[in-house]
Amino acid sequence: MKELTYDAVVIGGGAAGMAAARELDAAGCSCAIVEREERLGGILGQCIHNGFGLIEFNEELTGPEFAERMEERVRGTGVAVYTGATVMEVDAAPEIKSLFCYSASFGVIRLNARAIVLAMGCRERNRGNIRIPGDRPAGVYTAGLAQRLVNIEGFVPGRNVVVIGSGDIGLIMARRMSWIGCKVHAVVEILPYPSGLTRNIVQCLHDFGIPLYLSHLTTRIIGRERVEGVEITPIENGALMHEKSFVIPCDTVLLSVGLVPENELSKDAGVELNPMTNGPVVDSMLMTSVPGVFACGNVLHVHDLVDYVVEEAKRAGANVARWLKGERPQAEARIKAGPNVRYVAPSRADPSRDNKIYLRSLVVKNEASLEIRVNNRVVRTVKKAHIQPSEMLSVDLSRADLATCSGSPDPTVEIALA
Amino acid sequence: MKTGSGRYDVCIVGAGVCGANIARRLSAYELDVVLVDKYADVSFGVSKGNSGIIHGGFHHGRQHLKARLEIQGAMMFDRLRQELDFPFKRCGIVVAAFHEDEMRAIEQLYMQGVDNGVIGIEMCSRERMLELEPKLNPDVLGGLWVPGGGIVEPYRFVFSLVESARKNGVELLTDFKVSAAARSGDEWTVRAEDGRSIKARYVVNAAGLFADEVSAVFGAEEFAIKARKGEYYLLDRLSKARTERVVFPVPTSVSKGMLVIPTVEGTVLIGPTADMVDDKGDAATTREHLEKILSSARAMIPAISENDVITSFAGLRPTLGDDFYIEMSKKVPAFAQVAGIQSPGLTASPAIGEYVKDLLKKAGLKLKEKVDYDPFVGKRPHVKDLSPYEVDQLAAADPAYANMVCRCEKVSEAEIVEAVRAGHTTLDGIKYFTRAQMGRCQGGFCTYKIMKIIMRETGLSYSDITKNGGESRMLKDEL
Ligand SMILES: Cc1cc2nc3c(=O)[nH]c(=O)nc-3n(C[C@H](O)[C@H](O)[C@H](O)COP(=O)(O)OP(=O)(O)OC[C@H]3O[C@@H](n4cnc5c(N)ncnc54)[C@H](O)[C@@H]3O)c2cc1C
Ligand SMILES: Cc1cc2nc3c(=O)[nH]c(=O)nc-3n(C[C@H](O)[C@H](O)[C@H](O)COP(=O)(O)OP(=O)(O)OC[C@H]3O[C@@H](n4cnc5c(N)ncnc54)[C@H](O)[C@@H]3O)c2cc1C
Repeated sequence: MKELTYDAVVIGGGAAGMAAARELDAAGCSCAIVEREERLGGILGQCIHNGFGLIEFNEELTGPEFAERMEERVRGTGVAVYTGATVMEVDAAPEIKSLFCYSASFGVIRLNARAIVLAMGCRERNRGNIRIPGDRPAGVYTAGLAQRLVNIEGFVPGRNVVVIGSGDIGLIMARRMSWIGCKVHAVVEILPYPSGLTRNIVQCLHDFGIPLYLSHLTTRIIGRERVEGVEITPIENGALMHEKSFVIPCDTVLLSVGLVPENELSKDAGVELNPMTNGPVVDSMLMTSVPGVFACGNVLHVHDLVDYVVEEAKRAGANVARWLKGERPQAEARIKAGPNVRYVAPSRADPSRDNKIYLRSLVVKNEASLEIRVNNRVVRTVKKAHIQPSEMLSVDLSRADLATCSGSPDPTVEIALA
Repeated sequence: MKTGSGRYDVCIVGAGVCGANIARRLSAYELDVVLVDKYADVSFGVSKGNSGIIHGGFHHGRQHLKARLEIQGAMMFDRLRQELDFPFKRCGIVVAAFHEDEMRAIEQLYMQGVDNGVIGIEMCSRERMLELEPKLNPDVLGGLWVPGGGIVEPYRFVFSLVESARKNGVELLTDFKVSAAARSGDEWTVRAEDGRSIKARYVVNAAGLFADEVSAVFGAEEFAIKARKGEYYLLDRLSKARTERVVFPVPTSVSKGMLVIPTVEGTVLIGPTADMVDDKGDAATTREHLEKILSSARAMIPAISENDVITSFAGLRPTLGDDFYIEMSKKVPAFAQVAGIQSPGLTASPAIGEYVKDLLKKAGLKLKEKVDYDPFVGKRPHVKDLSPYEVDQLAAADPAYANMVCRCEKVSEAEIVEAVRAGHTTLDGIKYFTRAQMGRCQGGFCTYKIMKIIMRETGLSYSDITKNGGESRMLKDEL
């Protein structure tokens, strides 16, 4: 078996993997990207709509355009790119780690590296995960799979569509299906508020007159061979109102019910996961519980915007380079999710540097405030015009914010929303 | 063998686990045999949606035909596995009791098992039960241990049987729904709904849920098969609830209760429920029942979590009284009834093959052993079970072994292509054959890849790609 050695290997060639690899290269480390698909870009390749890059490139790009820009940054460098190659096994030994990559073009090769960057992205939750009862006919697709079929493969999965879940992918697919002449009869959401971005509700539903049923549960899928309809039941005061159930006839159901970081390889490598994000627990350098294994992008926690993925991944790449040169964080502070906060990532901050922290709210609120508490003392408050669970927040934890950490044996930072 | 001649010695209606076993058993003799099924692939009936347990021979007394065939069938699996290479493991069965009166029922089962000659059956204390199955609820009082009980992947078992039967000359006709029959001279003419017809001297009715309809088509005995539905949840292979053994509760008078089953392939199955339904096409799952399964299973194995659920499904038991009905028709000639094959039909099926062969012989079918009968089917490599070094070697000969299609279950392009070439051209057929689409993402990533491979290998158009035949078309249009 062929063996090759790099300072670092990046698993996954989406936005995150490319950004991390490019930083590693810029810092003088040898590195490789291993990507399962034939092309770099990850999920961006099928997102042919606009709305990418406002932060990173200061202009509005489509997904493929954004991917192309990222790819240009990688192509001119020393980064080795293996596409059509799947990492199937990781041996995260303390010094030199090995990755076994399977590919139709070269069989199996073994890549050795001192550091690994996990950038495998995420997968879609499916019918089984949300346990929709009923028949099991053809015509039930996750929204991302339908997006792939329409935008890349050129097939129309169905003509009369009901979208379950109001996540962004579902909203974008509602619009996409309308554009190709399909009828989207409804978007059905269990929560009392939509889980996608507001701009998508307006541009993808309102502009097409697609009804959004909030506080409605899909209680049954109907159809022996192909989908014939879905049964929808309203929820009032937390209870299912079975007597008010109704059926929407359709031939296709698209599910947009959330994403899950794709961490099976990470688990096999012994990486500890955070049950709130399903992503690895990472320190201030974005390093997981396994020394030398780092994570960024959607595999770490699900991001709404690719620009933040890139921002995080660049930091990860730079950190890996520092780590390879022997730098280790000293006296890190623990970061906790305080009141009304679903999660924070990373889980540690380095008081000797500026840190970027991402978080998600548990509540919907206007005129909210974010509090940074160090060892139970509020050190700074940041105003937030609007917070909601579906929109990721970020906060800069500066050296100044963390000044009081030194001197305490187990410094703790808590992020709270009110 | 005169393929396509349309004239056979035996026609078996129904390519479920019973029909497949009968076909394979007959393939050892100098006979022309045809196996027909109304679905697009074999094992798409009752035999795909069940618990997959090779039962332990203690649930029923010997006065029942089903108990005798269960015990005999269960013992045949080791040899079958060697010949046919399907996933099978004797992981053992525990029956857990949580109350004193359940312990008395355990004693009854134990005595029945001993009477049936079950090897190694024992009564267990609480301590022994927890040692055998550490994930059991510590409130367990005691129970039963049956080391010979096992688990099998039912559809893979059927696929292997049919492959072996075909290798030895049996012809398979799918999408062949038997809808008319007539007898003239010493031959049956059997007609399919689409107009095709074949002739056969003997007919075996192994039509599962629809054995009553098929019996009527041939003018044989009148009876009614009723469907009893069983719903399941499937849990991810990384679930902490994965047990070492099949875990049974103490059975009730109507069913063996809800179980926790560590499947051969590493996932966990919980269920089934048991409810009569009027409509034999109704394999829908229901919210109430699924909730019931989770709570019953959790009572035995507390680590079961709804977060590990990857899918749910239901199967229908073909019930007809409380025993199997396997005999030559008393009303029409040369017609064997294999009906009412509910649980333990899978376990009993190899013995049913033997039993039906003997029935046909008694009814005059001449059995002459083939000299070139080959009971073995070739072993197929599965990337999932191989080391990277082994995959590298395979890929040197066929690079498609290193092209991963299904990431969750680790299935390569070469395995998908093999499935298609073996005649599995629907998404479900490929799923059951290879496990691709069966893991945690349930096809979210690989479905489009598989559809493209089917089109490439078969020349089918996108509009002919179905989930499981008929009108279950996946795609409506092209852009
Ligand atoms: C439908 C949709 C619409 C979106 N819309 C917007 C928008 O309008 N604006 C915006 O800014 N953001 C949007 N986003 C979000 C943004 O595009 C993503 O968050 C971002 O692209 C994720 O990048 P990533 O690199 O973390 O993951 P991915 O893009 O998923 O990349 C992961 C890569 O890893 C590869 N991989 C995984 N496992 C392995 C392995 N074992 N071996 C080899 N390779 C592997 C995968 O093939 C994949 O290419 C959208 C996302 C989706 C899904
Ligand atoms: C929920 C459940 C759990 C079970 N668990 C177990 C277990 O753990 N262990 C065990 O031993 N047993 C178990 N069983 C029982 C076992 O699954 C069945 O006994 C067995 O699968 C029956 O096989 P069969 O071949 O008789 O029927 P089927 O598999 O249904 O085969 C009959 C075939 O006939 C075909 N057919 C019907 N009508 C026509 C027609 N007109 N023309 C052509 N073809 C036709 C159908 O398409 C079908 O493929 C369980 C059953 C259920 C439902």
